[in-house]
Amino acid sequence: METLPPMIEVQSLTKKYPGHLAVDDISFTVGRGEVVGFLGHNGAGKSTTMRILSCFMPATSGTARVAGHDVFHESEEVRRRIGYMPENNPLHLDMRVREYLKFRARLKGLGWRRSRERVDTVMGQCGLTDVSKRIIGQLSKGFRQRVGLADALVHEPDLIILDEPTIGLDPHQIRSVRALIKQLGEKHTVLLSTHILSEVEVTCARVLIMQEGRIVADARTEDLEKELSLDGQVIVEIAAEAEAIRAVLEEVEEIENLSIVPLEAGFNRAIITPMPGADLRLMISEQARSHGWAVQELTRRRHSLEDMFIHLTRKEPRKGVRN
Amino acid sequence: MSVYRTLVRRELGAAFKSLTGYIVVAATLLLTGVGLVDLIDRINITATPRPITEIFFSQYLMFWYTLILTTPIITMRTFAAERSSGTYEALVTTPVTDWQLVLSKFVGALLFFVIAWLPFLAVLFVLRKVTHQPELMAMPSTVGAFTGLFLIGSLYTAIGCFASSITHNQIIAAVSSFCVGGGLWALTIRPGVEDAPHSFWIRFMDYISVTRHMQDFSQGFVDLRAVIFYVTMTALFLFFTHRVIETRRWF
Repeated sequence: METLPPMIEVQSLTKKYPGHLAVDDISFTVGRGEVVGFLGHNGAGKSTTMRILSCFMPATSGTARVAGHDVFHESEEVRRRIGYMPENNPLHLDMRVREYLKFRARLKGLGWRRSRERVDTVMGQCGLTDVSKRIIGQLSKGFRQRVGLADALVHEPDLIILDEPTIGLDPHQIRSVRALIKQLGEKHTVLLSTHILSEVEVTCARVLIMQEGRIVADARTEDLEKELSLDGQVIVEIAAEAEAIRAVLEEVEEIENLSIVPLEAGFNRAIITPMPGADLRLMISEQARSHGWAVQELTRRRHSLEDMFIHLTRKEPRKGVRN
Repeated sequence: MSVYRTLVRRELGAAFKSLTGYIVVAATLLLTGVGLVDLIDRINITATPRPITEIFFSQYLMFWYTLILTTPIITMRTFAAERSSGTYEALVTTPVTDWQLVLSKFVGALLFFVIAWLPFLAVLFVLRKVTHQPELMAMPSTVGAFTGLFLIGSLYTAIGCFASSITHNQIIAAVSSFCVGGGLWALTIRPGVEDAPHSFWIRFMDYISVTRHMQDFSQGFVDLRAVIFYVTMTALFLFFTHRVIETRRWF
């Protein structure tokens, strides 16, 4: 069987605006079925990259292929395969939800009957059935966002590109949109951009961090988290004298630094920084048990993706970190 | 074809969902109606053997004012509105071709133009019925005048679509298409062209004179040269519009 080309293949892509380099020689590949998050500050080049992938604007140099089709030379083929939700989710505010989705489905080449079926399906999927006859301009932002999502997936595209899908939503709405994106990831390849880190942690299996038009990190979210938590501090709250704790823990070679803070009711909090790569949790719990100390908390402080992001985008903007 | 139909329907739908659409239809009817009433008053004073349609479309300025003022308003939203609201990005990232886009916008606007002028045709029929004077709107004159109106309307609509395609701003689109359309009319309104010597420029101005064409049309002469002029000029402006749309994919 012939192997299918990857969903997105970007090679040395560069986009220059007059007096400004928006995307600077980036390359990456996204396989079929992946959910990839594009992370970066405003103006890092995320939207530009997405606009090039969705054939809205051409690249200055380099190539981008979607499902093996070049975005510039085979633009129509590419546009048939993608569902794109632009930044700020522009919609025809004078149309009704169902009418708009049918209009979009027909534009994307679906037949009359098929478009009706698909519109019903995506409205169900996106929780729009109850507002199907409402005018889009009168809907809340959360609903509008869902209309945008429903539009992106109405023609069952291979690749869904979402530019900041949760921007401007309240926490409830963000939650429901994220759940929807996760659900989409089960069937489609999804590329989404955001500057909210927790969003990537929740929805994406892989993250591409962009900074000043370059990709500064490309890794699986899981690996990133693992890597980040390895040098994380261990915090333990024990019912014992500070001196006793210090005496026990100072014998452990893998501890780099130790500080103890007294708490209420005879508890002390020990903050332990281990040597790089060491996981001290098991050892500590065993020590506590053997000494008969009560433990009310034992946790390893994990660096969040946020720490990683700030670390990468502030200190080493030009150094690529690859998985 | 179905994509094309969908887009045309959307264009017409958008025109009638906005207040602008109704205002344009009402304004067209009002301006032409006021003109017609005034014209009838004058005919009552000085009798004329010529059909009222001929006088209205060939000599009466109110017709030109209505045409030149309303077409930019019909066409200004075609591309500029989509671009300023951002829906243009969503539109051109669907598998719609540039020609489908340009032609559907044009046909949508032209259909709206026709709809805006239909009530006036009805008014003329009512007038004929009420006055019991069939010669008031002789058939050749009426058919010719409305054919001419459709052709000139096509050209002005194409100019308007082009103006709308080059900007994000609907006002700029309307003003620039008004300038081009109004300019074309003002340039060729020169009286006494027939008596002037047949130099190249005089003949050229005569050939492109919209007022001159309308005189012929409203007398019931559908001159093939004029038809070719309008068809090619309309096609030319649609081609320009297509070019503008296409170039936006290049930069």
